[in-house]
Amino acid sequence: MCGFVNTHVLYKEIATVQELEHILEEAQQRVAASAELRDLDDVRVHYLGKKGLITEQLKQLGKLPAEERREAGQSINKAKQQLNAAIGVRKAELETEVLNKRLAEEAVDVTMPGRGFETGGIHPVTRTINRIQNIFVKLGFSVAEGPEIEDDFHNFTALNIPEHHPARAMHDTFYFPDGKLLRTHTSPVQVRVMEKQEPPLRIIAPGRVYRCDSDLTHTPMFHQVEGLMVDTDVSFADLKGILDEFFKAFFEVDELPTRFRNSFFPFTEPSAETDIQCVHCKGEGCKVCSHTGWLEVMGCGMVHPNVLKMSNIDPEKYTGFAFGFGVERLAMLRYGIDDLRIFFENDLRFLRQFN
Amino acid sequence: MKVSEQWLRELVNPEQDIASIGERLTFAGVELDGVESVASDFTNVVVGQITKVEPHPDADRLRVCQVDVGAEELIQIVTNVAGVTPEMLVPVAMIGAKLPEKDGSIFKIKKSKLRGELSQGMFCGAETLGIDDDSEGLLEIPANAKPGEDVRELLSLNDAVLEFDITPNRADCLSMAGIAREVGVLTKTDLMPVTQASVIAVANDVFPVTIDAVDGCPRYVGRIIKNVNAAVKAPRWMREKLRRAGIRSLSAIVDVTNYVLLEMGQPMHAFDLDKLSGGIQVRRAESGEKLELLDGQIIELRDDSMVIADENSAVALAGIMGGLPTSVTDATTNILLESAHFKPVQIAGKARSYGLHTDSSYRFERGVSPEIQVRAIERATELIVEICGGEPSVIVDEVADKTVLEQRVIKLRRERVSRVLGLEIDDAEIENILTRLGCVLSKEDDGWQVTAPLFRFDMQIEVDLIEELARIYGYDQIPATLRKLSPMKVVDSEAEIQLDAFHKLLTSRDYQEVISYSFVDAEIESLLTPEMQAVALANPLSAELAVMRTTLWSGLLKVASHNLKRQQSRLRLFETGLTFVQTDEGLVQRKKLSGLITGSLQHAQWASSAQNVDFYDIKGDVEALLGVASGQDFVFEVGTVDCLHPGQSANIINTGGEVIGHVGALHPGIEKQLSLGQNVFIFELDVERIKHCEIPVYKKVSAYPAIQRDLALLVSDDVQFSQLEEVLKKSEIVQLIDYHLFDSYVGQGVPKGHKSLAMNLTFQDVERTLEEAEINSLIEKLVNLLAKQTGASLRI
Repeated sequence: MCGFVNTHVLYKEIATVQELEHILEEAQQRVAASAELRDLDDVRVHYLGKKGLITEQLKQLGKLPAEERREAGQSINKAKQQLNAAIGVRKAELETEVLNKRLAEEAVDVTMPGRGFETGGIHPVTRTINRIQNIFVKLGFSVAEGPEIEDDFHNFTALNIPEHHPARAMHDTFYFPDGKLLRTHTSPVQVRVMEKQEPPLRIIAPGRVYRCDSDLTHTPMFHQVEGLMVDTDVSFADLKGILDEFFKAFFEVDELPTRFRNSFFPFTEPSAETDIQCVHCKGEGCKVCSHTGWLEVMGCGMVHPNVLKMSNIDPEKYTGFAFGFGVERLAMLRYGIDDLRIFFENDLRFLRQFN
Repeated sequence: MKVSEQWLRELVNPEQDIASIGERLTFAGVELDGVESVASDFTNVVVGQITKVEPHPDADRLRVCQVDVGAEELIQIVTNVAGVTPEMLVPVAMIGAKLPEKDGSIFKIKKSKLRGELSQGMFCGAETLGIDDDSEGLLEIPANAKPGEDVRELLSLNDAVLEFDITPNRADCLSMAGIAREVGVLTKTDLMPVTQASVIAVANDVFPVTIDAVDGCPRYVGRIIKNVNAAVKAPRWMREKLRRAGIRSLSAIVDVTNYVLLEMGQPMHAFDLDKLSGGIQVRRAESGEKLELLDGQIIELRDDSMVIADENSAVALAGIMGGLPTSVTDATTNILLESAHFKPVQIAGKARSYGLHTDSSYRFERGVSPEIQVRAIERATELIVEICGGEPSVIVDEVADKTVLEQRVIKLRRERVSRVLGLEIDDAEIENILTRLGCVLSKEDDGWQVTAPLFRFDMQIEVDLIEELARIYGYDQIPATLRKLSPMKVVDSEAEIQLDAFHKLLTSRDYQEVISYSFVDAEIESLLTPEMQAVALANPLSAELAVMRTTLWSGLLKVASHNLKRQQSRLRLFETGLTFVQTDEGLVQRKKLSGLITGSLQHAQWASSAQNVDFYDIKGDVEALLGVASGQDFVFEVGTVDCLHPGQSANIINTGGEVIGHVGALHPGIEKQLSLGQNVFIFELDVERIKHCEIPVYKKVSAYPAIQRDLALLVSDDVQFSQLEEVLKKSEIVQLIDYHLFDSYVGQGVPKGHKSLAMNLTFQDVERTLEEAEINSLIEKLVNLLAKQTGASLRI
């Protein structure tokens, strides 16, 4: 830009109106021609810097007669403003250009995978227990736990199953040489809770249980959830109500017909087996429900007065209900799993399906 | 309990079909498990009488028979059945007969030629007709049958067998009479009148009965029948009923006792009177006393058992099984019938304790009505006399404990019914249901006094009656109500970390939860934790599932092995659950959280170089877990667990000095023994000891700048970082608010036997800006301390 020097020399004294217009016009052209911010800044310095042409013009104002100063000052200031505005506009343009260029250069393939760990997952049984817990907590229950190696008293006797009771044969029990056993159900937890706490009680107890049985449809270890509610006036109708809500919530349906069949558990009286309408065929009959339209999912009943008594709860004052069901059974129904044993093979190709 | 529909309908004959009767019973607690036809849906099988049998001209093993099938002309059948003789009655599948096979296909009988001889049909055995009978040869046809008669009609094969699951409380349903009673109640149908001919005793011989074990045997009824023909076969109808109930026909007398057991629910036994001496004594067994049972095994008795004995020795295990030496044989002529009542508590568990399970013990341990013994012996006598002849003597009815015949009276309160069921039932309905069930009611202001029938052992207390009301009235009649719940005392400890938080942390670090069996192979257990005493099961399913795990590692390593064998070389697994260890203080069940990693740190990734996991990867995961327990301080010390690599493992210790976990590389020796084929890193933490965190307490944030300084220290190889840390922690320089190890270097510039550890220190004061000189003096102090206590020197 050697031409700058010439004009600088040229306008060492006050310019005429025409000359000023010329300067401005030339300056604006140069602004427009600036390809980079640096060029633009050179233009600004050349005209508006401390020694810039237009700045110099302002300095020359004092040389004019007083009556001309005002008018000349106005035109110079006007030119200054116009040039400033032009520089501002161009600057914004150039900045945008620079930014756009940078953005284009920095573009990456957003479809390539991200860095770092992928996410693992929890076992479908834990996932199911978590859901069951969440639902019952919302229904006002709290969660309790107990030991898995149990004594005979808590697993049987306190549940109204005395020694040699034929009902013991219903439980294929794993024993230890000292007479202790692996709990055959989560019901001993209800005994432990009743021993420690006063009614009202509302608990569920999820956990591992063990039966000495292994074939296509039985694993020697599986999971149950026990439920217990004891209060002054708990009835079988309340039991039906809670279970209805639970099943609807678990399977996320507005209606899910249930039916209760009389059955026998030593620790409840009356006792019932609970069926839900088949969630696969909606009761039409399919392979899952053996073409009955119903699925047996739970045992339940009103807590036997002997059980309350043995845990020092007055059966005259309090009544309660209890229920118990298999977690794997519900998980199988929920996720369409048709093989019980697969839960404990822990094959990652199975487990990852629940992540 | 197997129930023939035909037999049932002889006793009670409701209008409903068997499916709806079955459903009604199922809902009332007598669960119908399945229904099976007595025979297949075969067609066109008739009675034939063989008139002539000739050998086949071209085949030694075939015979050519002329058979009268009630038509004008005889038909010719070629058969390979041996033993066919003229006059014999046989079932004949005629041309056009359809015989369903087990696989569902249908075999059609056509006119054919066998080795040149015309054959116009086929003789049938039981299996051909889908009859579940293990007898060999052709199906037996009763002698009074006529040629041409339809076999299905003749043998009453249009019958179904219903299999019921009887729960232990419903002993009253373990007989045809009991099931019929239940069906009658549920379908509101009257039972068919029972006509039982009363037996007239023709002799007065008695075999004396003494009951010593009164607590176990309140009643014993006996009768002598002399001059029976024990060699005859029971009639076909009886054998058929037994067969359909799943009982094999033996001799006529045994068949009769079994028949009465099925019909009335009373187990009975017949002794060969001539092999008994003195009298019957019901007594406790003597310890060590021997008895040869009907099944041929000789058992040694315990004194908690009860026996039937004569004056010499035990002759039967009471209520369970008779003895072989005194049993009835074909040669027997005089018998003693036994019809006793044994108490359930005496029989319960006894059969099982001797490895026995009989129809008799099954019923006695659940409860046989104490009032049917005389009726049962009369019924059995009637049948024996009819089949085997003989002269019945008078009955001996020894009742040692009359209380057993007293009926229970149970108070039933109206208010209690609605309180337990959440349902109001009319008085009339309550009275109706209980009366139908055999109860006798007397009404009171607030309810009833209910006298329960003796055959219902499960009607003990008020709630038992309420259950009866519920099951007969119908559970479906009970409404489903969502009761109002009052809020309960809330316990929500902020300082207690929920297991879920650990799960989430691990899954976010790409760990996969597994659930493995709590019992494992004793071998892997002793390999991993030889110092611990595992608890072994008394009755394990297999050696692989024999002892309770003392560590979750046994399960995790098994899962790792399973997956490594299935092309999964990168594993990140965790499990939570109880471990079981026998200690001097007793059995300890503790919840553990364990993890395992192996293979590459991350999946093959464009952005990072492939790198296999090492100790510091799993330690980082453990530190993250421990970090959840904020406020608690844990230190890592050189590991002492045998199953871990001694140079790459650590014990994790809490402020109380307790070892709360371990982390490290699996010992290469064990890795090899388990054929894992790659380095495996594992950790285990005690959940109870890492799940408490401190509730945060606010501290003022310093307004003054923090100043960072780096320090490169030269230390001997055997100096651990934790020793440097210890110095920093104990330096009591409050302005040192943080430090990080950012480099560990060995190589050029570092003398042999030494390493360079570079630390970044952060200094800050809460009240003022620290001066340069102050920091320098603090650093100098630290360096001096480090030098003195660890031999560290500044690396220049």
